[in-house]
Amino acid sequence: MISPSSDSLVKISNLSFAYASRPVLTGINMEIPRGKVVAIMGASGCGKTTTLRLIGGQIKPTSGEVRVDGKVVHQMSSDGLYQLRRRMGMLFQFGALFTDMSVFDNVAFQMREHTDLPEDLINDLVLMKLNAVGLRGAHDLMPSELSGGMARRVALARAIALDPMLMMYDEPFAGLDPISMGIVGDLIRKLNDALGASSIIVTHDVQESLKIVDYVYFVSEGKVVAEGTPEEIKASKAAYVHQFVWGEADGPVPFHYPTSQSYGEEIMTQSAKAASRG
Amino acid sequence: MNRATLDLWVGVFVAIGLGALLFLALKVGNLSSATSGETYRLQAKFDNIGGLKVRGAVKSAGVVVGRVAEIDFDPETYLAVVTMKLDKRYKFPSDTFVTINTSGLLGEQYIGMEVGGDSLMLKDGDVVKKTQSAVVLEKLISQFMFSKAAEDGNAKK
Amino acid sequence: MAKRLVAMLTNLGNRVTSAAWRLGFASRFFLMILVHSGTSLRRFHLTIREIYFAGALSLIIILVSGLFVGMVLGLQGYDTLQRYGSAEALGVLVSLSLVRELGPVVSALLFASRAGSAITAEIGLMKATEQLSAMEMMAVNPIARVVAPRFWAGVVSMPLLAALFSAMGIFGGYLVGVKLIGVDEGSFWSQMQASVDFREDIINGVIKSFVFGVIISWIAVFEGYDSEPTAEGVSGATTRTVVTSSLAVLAADFILTAFMFRGA
Repeated sequence: MISPSSDSLVKISNLSFAYASRPVLTGINMEIPRGKVVAIMGASGCGKTTTLRLIGGQIKPTSGEVRVDGKVVHQMSSDGLYQLRRRMGMLFQFGALFTDMSVFDNVAFQMREHTDLPEDLINDLVLMKLNAVGLRGAHDLMPSELSGGMARRVALARAIALDPMLMMYDEPFAGLDPISMGIVGDLIRKLNDALGASSIIVTHDVQESLKIVDYVYFVSEGKVVAEGTPEEIKASKAAYVHQFVWGEADGPVPFHYPTSQSYGEEIMTQSAKAASRG
Repeated sequence: MNRATLDLWVGVFVAIGLGALLFLALKVGNLSSATSGETYRLQAKFDNIGGLKVRGAVKSAGVVVGRVAEIDFDPETYLAVVTMKLDKRYKFPSDTFVTINTSGLLGEQYIGMEVGGDSLMLKDGDVVKKTQSAVVLEKLISQFMFSKAAEDGNAKK
Repeated sequence: MAKRLVAMLTNLGNRVTSAAWRLGFASRFFLMILVHSGTSLRRFHLTIREIYFAGALSLIIILVSGLFVGMVLGLQGYDTLQRYGSAEALGVLVSLSLVRELGPVVSALLFASRAGSAITAEIGLMKATEQLSAMEMMAVNPIARVVAPRFWAGVVSMPLLAALFSAMGIFGGYLVGVKLIGVDEGSFWSQMQASVDFREDIINGVIKSFVFGVIISWIAVFEGYDSEPTAEGVSGATTRTVVTSSLAVLAADFILTAFMFRGA
């Protein structure tokens, strides 16, 4: 456990959320200390992305609260929320680059929307950000001309355009080759330390993220089931964590989708149905 | 695409769009010949206006000098009251004869102004005294038939 | 049997409720567009860019179909009119049918399928690829930045396109009637000018196309914004834009015509 300090940038307490009547999150507690990189891990569809949306204030929780920099996100006015979001950067699952703008304009987007900086200063800043992700030479390409890894890095440059205090990464490694994965992982860590920001990585890629993060939360079925530093996680004996970290097919997360009948019964009833129809 | 080229194309688009509107207004519509200048109003009462319509032409010597502005029914005299808007440039003597005519046999109906000889001119809001109603074709034909029948009857005697 | 009836009624009820819900959301969305229109006017180059895509790129289809519609009107109109010995009225027939009805309506239908579907597909894809979400997280309101410029571009482009369609159609009618068949040129134009009224016919036609522009742009941006963020969702929304806005245009045309040309 990280020493519980009141100084955490993000503090999630008793957070629950449901789509219609389907519960996604049921009472989770997390803390993101300043300056640290924290991973939220879990199987697909366990509510990780929902957590990010709750932190960004795009959806409202059914109960509980998220505090960012001491303020409860879902109680903020829309102006306050927009002010807060200017200090957050988010990398979406597949980059979400604006397809009708060049790489340069994508990175310059927030600077042009939110600041009155002169165009030559914006030019310098954009090239600086692109240089940080190693893509200064690609500034006049269109997003459709980029490979998956490059698009992710451009999106990263766009996310850090206004030097945010909180970075959020939604599946930053999804669909990348091992080299790109290594580059992105490296960048996440370096940029976090260089900007003095705090980062949240939502991912199911255990091996890559364990290399770069300071702390890990495991989420399953809307609950935090395990947490700890990477060393603690690797050494964990908890069945779920063990299955997840070592990628075993069967375990606490069953291979079979649950059914009410046993396999034998189902075969019998199916063939009986077929016979009555035929 | 470059912002300058974009502006150029949109400029071209807007220009030819407005050009088309101008073409419709001037060449197709009658904006150029419409009585857009100042007008004055005259009223005239008729027994029967036939098929006269609002915005119908008011002509004198075949030239359009105004338009029909309103058509009302006077419940006391049982007459049709036609209000016309005439071009300020054209003045008519107060004994002008106002008739309802038909262009061609089955054409549109319009108001004709047959100029009198009075030195006093009609002013805004005046009511024209001398009017002649529309000729209703059916009436004309039946009149003709009756008179023909009467003639035949007389001849036989 | 009773069970099936209940299921049918439940289904019907659900459809009605969801239709009402969508209409309510669409109306609220319309208000939101109006409220957030400041950006598209203040930074007009955003709107100019969309006028290029909605308007300038629709030019070819509008001009060519306008020409052909006018030429067909010339042929058909001449055929009918000459039976009554009034072939000189061809100009009146061609211009009135174009300016009052065919210009606004046909160009609106073409605009819905050319530009409306493109707007829906673009916004839908931006939603499906999380670009709208990303914009929101960058503290930029997607309604102000993406939706409103497209809406206003459609509203501005539509009357211009309709005017072009009518002008081109009248030119087509002139080509066929005067140049090909040999109707007297003087009476073609003079009869037209005598019977086409600027306010009654042309201004009303422009008002019609403006209303159609609002309807189509509204439906197009709404369907895009409300689409399911999947490939099927976007293609479904695109189809719905064309179908719904075409029907809405025809219905609105009836209502507007009833108001404008009643008894005149």
